[in-house]
Amino acid sequence: MKRTLSLLIALVMVLGMCSFASAEGATKLTLWTFIDQHATFYNTMAEEWNKANPDRQVELEATVLGYDDMHNKFKIALQSGVGAPDMCDVELGQFPNVLLGEPQLVVLNDYMAPYIDTIVPSRLSIYSKGDNHYGVPTHVGATVAFYNVELLEAAGVDYKTIVTWDDWAEAGRKLKAANPEAYMGNAETTTSWQTNLMLTQQGADVQDNSNPDDPKPTVNTPELLKAVTMQQEWVKEGLSMVCPGGQVDTEQGKAWVNTGVCATVIMPEWYMSRFVDEIPDMAGKYAIAPAPVFEAGQPRSIGGGGTGTVVSLTCPDKDLAADFIVYAKLSEFGEQMIWNVMGFDPVNTAVWDDQELTHNPENKFNKYFLTNVFDTLNEVKDEIMYIPSTSISPTMNTYFNTTLWNNLYIDLLDPAEELQLAQDAIEADIF
Amino acid sequence: MQKVKRILYSQKIAPYVFVLPFVLTFLVFFLYPLTTTIKMSFQDILPGQEQWVGLKNYQRLLTDKVFGQAVFNSLRYMVITCALLIPFPMLFAYMISSRSMKFAGAFKSIYFVPVLSSVVVAGLIFRMMFAEQPDAMMNSLLALFGQPAIWWLKLEYPSLLALVLLCCWRWTGMNMLYYLAGIKSIPTELYEAADIDGASAVQKFTKIGWPLLKPTTIYVLTISIYAGLAMFTESYMVFGNNASPHNYGLTIVGYLYRYGFEKLRMGYASAVGLALLVGALALNLVQLRLTGTIGKRGDK
Repeated sequence: MKRTLSLLIALVMVLGMCSFASAEGATKLTLWTFIDQHATFYNTMAEEWNKANPDRQVELEATVLGYDDMHNKFKIALQSGVGAPDMCDVELGQFPNVLLGEPQLVVLNDYMAPYIDTIVPSRLSIYSKGDNHYGVPTHVGATVAFYNVELLEAAGVDYKTIVTWDDWAEAGRKLKAANPEAYMGNAETTTSWQTNLMLTQQGADVQDNSNPDDPKPTVNTPELLKAVTMQQEWVKEGLSMVCPGGQVDTEQGKAWVNTGVCATVIMPEWYMSRFVDEIPDMAGKYAIAPAPVFEAGQPRSIGGGGTGTVVSLTCPDKDLAADFIVYAKLSEFGEQMIWNVMGFDPVNTAVWDDQELTHNPENKFNKYFLTNVFDTLNEVKDEIMYIPSTSISPTMNTYFNTTLWNNLYIDLLDPAEELQLAQDAIEADIF
Repeated sequence: MQKVKRILYSQKIAPYVFVLPFVLTFLVFFLYPLTTTIKMSFQDILPGQEQWVGLKNYQRLLTDKVFGQAVFNSLRYMVITCALLIPFPMLFAYMISSRSMKFAGAFKSIYFVPVLSSVVVAGLIFRMMFAEQPDAMMNSLLALFGQPAIWWLKLEYPSLLALVLLCCWRWTGMNMLYYLAGIKSIPTELYEAADIDGASAVQKFTKIGWPLLKPTTIYVLTISIYAGLAMFTESYMVFGNNASPHNYGLTIVGYLYRYGFEKLRMGYASAVGLALLVGALALNLVQLRLTGTIGKRGDK
């Protein structure tokens, strides 16, 4: 009996070693992400990498987790020094959290050096601390306006004539008169996409970053007051609706856009992937154009959201992980795939001019929309502003998303008072 | 060999061996984390950096309005769930154990099934039920009564209702089982004697059922107080994240999670954790003292 058992155990061990041997040569790399499409993209790029680098094979294990879940797990893994994956997608809003203290991440400057000049500079600095780059960017996330042409035309509105926010509101009034069920736009209560756009159009920010080591909140400013007062007026007038789910990039928000009552969605470019994958009923109805401004001549776009992929210090083969992720996201082929597979605007804007790639009629993103997104992107190329994410951003966002926007757009409280309260509360909450 | 046997069979050593697993678990999983937490609550901790800050974390805790709100939310939730999760399960247990009840077994299973569900799945489903679209389930129900759709999860009391309903749905069956066990342990002779004396159903309950179910009630109350104060996952799932509108769904544990895991302020989060421990301990001690479970042995 004993002999049989030990033979069996020996057999199992030999078999186990065989399965090891089959994967020999390829180094296993683990990666966490919070977006399905990203995992598909990385797997595709791992195959390409293996074709191009027979002597440095990778066996990629990409795991998709929920947004909060993944970021929290990753932060704790960094903090405790155990359990972190080799690579991880970190969202812009969360990035300051992984840079706290001494970042437990690999400095990527040397690995990214060959591509540095091709990248939109602001997309690098958002994932940096001092001169050290820690995250490989995915896209620019240039904010554009998605117009529901069918809905607007039925109300006699030509979206191409909309230049300023006043034009936009006027169009909204026409729409409302023709179709009381419809809304020109939405007010966000759990994010700040539109508010950030309106702030940068006025050359403002919610922080004073003159001393990068000690950012200060600047919430009670005339610029923010102007932006939120205007949005609150639109809610009161019925032009905008408080977005179900708090913003359009949620299950409820997307379901709402899919009902066809929403004439404008002002979102970063990457929202078009949500349209294609999760808002099926609106195919062929939306056109893409630059977002409105307060006065003609102001910048019409802002880089919104984004994901920096980092390499953990605990990764056993840092060189391989860093080389792979830089190849996947920044090489010419990688940049093309970022558009083809995910529908994002690549950080190398030279790709934006590649007519064959960007105007491919078979591309599913091109098929969905009435206009080509790159026409708009190239139009606003030099006007893409950005708002840095700093150590105080998470604290500010918590207050904005739980309290300030709710007070302004649901409870319709006085904007000036609320901004002062927000300023005080945020100052008190900063460590 | 003989020596080893003597040690193994020693009556002096055996008790220590028997309690060893508990002592080890207690030391490793309770005492060690507790002492580390106490230490950490006096520090400011960031990845790769630790700094002693004295009482700063506690000062901050006492002055933070959001923490006050989290405490209020947790206490309110705890009181409401205790108030609902004791009488109703008791009533249902009485009904099910009654001889005139038909399909008692089926009802028992139906009430118990939610206990087996994952809180994550249940929370997700409740989020969808309480979605703000007019065609979501709760809004459809309102529409049946001619009421307009409401933003359940953006308003204070409707969102509280969602959380309380979720809790009751999940835990009624569990508490009912405790009471069923309690009712089963009451000798039937007592009821028979009461019947002979001509006691009414109400009298039978107040004079026999209620007093003899007291240990069960105390147990259910104790775990409900703890569960109410420690609630977090339900709120996290129902609101979709830890940032509920106006912090309506923020609980003490949610607050701890926000600072410990979302903002990586482990020192401050440790202070929050200790405050929760002390609070829950104090509440339960008061409760156990009032119900006579502890401290009154000498009186009898």
